[in-house]
Amino acid sequence: MLSGPSFETKMERVSETEMLLNMGPQHPSTHGVLRVVLKLDGEVVTGAAMDLGYLHRGVEKLAENRTYGQFTILTDRDDYLCAMLNNWSYALAVEKLLKVEIPQRAEYLRVIVGELNRIASHLLFIGTFGIDIGAFTPFLYAFGREREMILDLFEQLCGARITYNYVRIGGVSNDVPDGWVEKARKFVAHMRNCLKEYDDLLSYNPIFMDRTKGIGVLKKEMAISYGVTGPNLRASGVPMDLRKDAPYGIYSKFQFTAAVRQNGDCWDRYMVRRDEIAESCSILDQALEGLVAGEIMGKVPKANLRPPAGESYAQLEGARGVLGVYIVSDGGLSPYRLHLRAPSFINLAMLQDMLKGWKVADVVAILGSIDIVLGEVDR
Amino acid sequence: MARGPWTVTGPWAPSQSAESIRRRYISSALVLAAFLLPLFVLTILVGEPDKYFHQAHGFVTQWVANKGGPDWIGSAILIAVPCMVVLTLIQVLPIFLVWWEMKIAAHIQVRLGPMRVGRFHGVLQTIADGIKLLLKEDLVPAGADRWVHFVAPIVAVAPALVCFAPIPLGHAGLAPVGLDVGLLFVLGVSGLSVIGLLMAGWGSNNKYSMLGGLRAAAQVVSYEIPRVISLLPVVMWAGSLQLGEIMMKQSGAWAGFLPKWFIFYPIVGQISFIIYLISSIAETNRTPFDIAEAESELTSGFHTEYSGMKWAMFFMAEYAYMFLACALGAVLFLGGGNPLHSSLGFIPSYVWFFGKTFFLAFLFIWIRWTYPRLRVDRLMEFCWKFLLPWSLANVAVAGFLFLLRMR
Repeated sequence: MLSGPSFETKMERVSETEMLLNMGPQHPSTHGVLRVVLKLDGEVVTGAAMDLGYLHRGVEKLAENRTYGQFTILTDRDDYLCAMLNNWSYALAVEKLLKVEIPQRAEYLRVIVGELNRIASHLLFIGTFGIDIGAFTPFLYAFGREREMILDLFEQLCGARITYNYVRIGGVSNDVPDGWVEKARKFVAHMRNCLKEYDDLLSYNPIFMDRTKGIGVLKKEMAISYGVTGPNLRASGVPMDLRKDAPYGIYSKFQFTAAVRQNGDCWDRYMVRRDEIAESCSILDQALEGLVAGEIMGKVPKANLRPPAGESYAQLEGARGVLGVYIVSDGGLSPYRLHLRAPSFINLAMLQDMLKGWKVADVVAILGSIDIVLGEVDR
Repeated sequence: MARGPWTVTGPWAPSQSAESIRRRYISSALVLAAFLLPLFVLTILVGEPDKYFHQAHGFVTQWVANKGGPDWIGSAILIAVPCMVVLTLIQVLPIFLVWWEMKIAAHIQVRLGPMRVGRFHGVLQTIADGIKLLLKEDLVPAGADRWVHFVAPIVAVAPALVCFAPIPLGHAGLAPVGLDVGLLFVLGVSGLSVIGLLMAGWGSNNKYSMLGGLRAAAQVVSYEIPRVISLLPVVMWAGSLQLGEIMMKQSGAWAGFLPKWFIFYPIVGQISFIIYLISSIAETNRTPFDIAEAESELTSGFHTEYSGMKWAMFFMAEYAYMFLACALGAVLFLGGGNPLHSSLGFIPSYVWFFGKTFFLAFLFIWIRWTYPRLRVDRLMEFCWKFLLPWSLANVAVAGFLFLLRMR
């Protein structure tokens, strides 16, 4: 049953009054194939160890055998809940090597699809976090209604609903079809109304607040020392948002504030994401307003793309944290080495320390509130 | 199903013009009316069923006596027929209740639920599900305590069947057994099911099951107390434990329009009802108190390792208890078979009873699909630190009020 290192030895020793509980890889609340081995005293967690790699596909190694253009489709499979942002971060890194000019329209479209995808990802978080806490209905509102509208928009834009391959090196693949911008505007208005609905149903529900307030507190210092980024870090009171701090693309043109909460508990991590949806809506309003006409693809060779030898690192604010791509080029057709800084993987590392002392029900809440995607953790 | 402010285009897009939606609604309403109206008229024409039963019983007894048969046959019929009625009820009601819950949950969650089986809004979906469960392989996990694992679903479901005996399914004469200590019997026997859950948790050789079983035991035993105490004012006021009698006391109306149901008694009635409702939801292990199953934590709790009909028996017990809680609530607080107003007395009493029961079932379902789940320790705190003191205070207030009235 146990393969690899023995968890009994990893977690000191299991005493007579304690028991080991295998949570996952087949468990409804591990959001994929994560395995957490819990040491329980009654219902209280006294130790936790994680087992990763069930979804490992060797994406970084695969990059070394593919051309630069071909690798974009693999970034889709990395964090499949915000594939646009993955495409974008990879494109940013290659563009840094190539030093190409990106047309303004493509920059606007990137911001629009990026923010839409961030909303889609956070909507999925809201839904699944509700299920983790035991509320099933918000899931079908957020996931089955609003996220579906975003996917419809993406389908019209590029033909795909999950793996888009839309943001390409040098620009984007398709221009918007007729009436798309109008639909996107309608969606943003609809989304604002829905946030009120989520607040009534879930955010300020007394049972929900009881289950999440003060649970799984992540202190500011601990978050920084673990390299936590994204909404998890902002929920602990650190206002770090790359869209503000190191603007990439055309983010410096937009007026918005980074959503920050102070306590670092599960409720704050939830509320930061809820606030970010509102912020994304306001960015979307501005981007849809300012969408300029023009080309959507820069001057990049279609075939035989050979960036000059050298290395580049580009990062952007993904839905789960800082999404970085590091490329070493030897001047050939494919990267010599590629590394992804996957925010889910780095955020997950703190879990072992966070779980101690909480109850089994809180394990689910804490794991859910960190919002991991196993495709990105294992790569 | 509304998918947003625009209609979806593409090869898979459903046709949903406003016209077609309106047509669908009208046709559904017509089909419903075509079924329900004749049924309703028929029930009014037929009236109370027990007089036919007594006529038939008298006829058969007479016939047997004329033929020189043994005279125990008459009393055997008096026992056997109500037993069959109760057993059939318990088999059929979960089938309807599950469909009822699926449809309500679906509409709460902006979807449609089952729409295919049975042509009309998936009415036969649960029967199809039942057949599927019958045909499923019965799995016993390795290392399970086979006998405990086998007996647990039976222990869980048997008390649920027995509990319905003293419930008046309409006016007092429609109780299968007119038990003098009916309320005590129902409350006492329904508590036995938890042994089945504990056995299932223990016998499955699964840690999730064990946690679920232990949680279920702790929860059901704790919530039994405020539940019973919340019913004390009803008993104090009715002066009887017989359910039929308690129900009869609630006939009539104040000032000609407000029915004398116990829920309308000032303060005491409402507090009792709310405490009863909350602790009943906890007793039946439903959200927000479904910590024993807790899908996101314990996969399925105590019935994780059950499949096929064994699982279906747990399921049946759960729905039977839900129906029992609603039926008891209807009898004790909503006047059971008493009509809303005396002018509506032409509608048979069992229609009133089932109407009130399904209204309460709707409340249960509504709550389930709205609220998140409490944590196990907060659940206990809620029971011992909130419900219990309030139910005790309620008993004191009720006693004081009844004393005043007696003066």
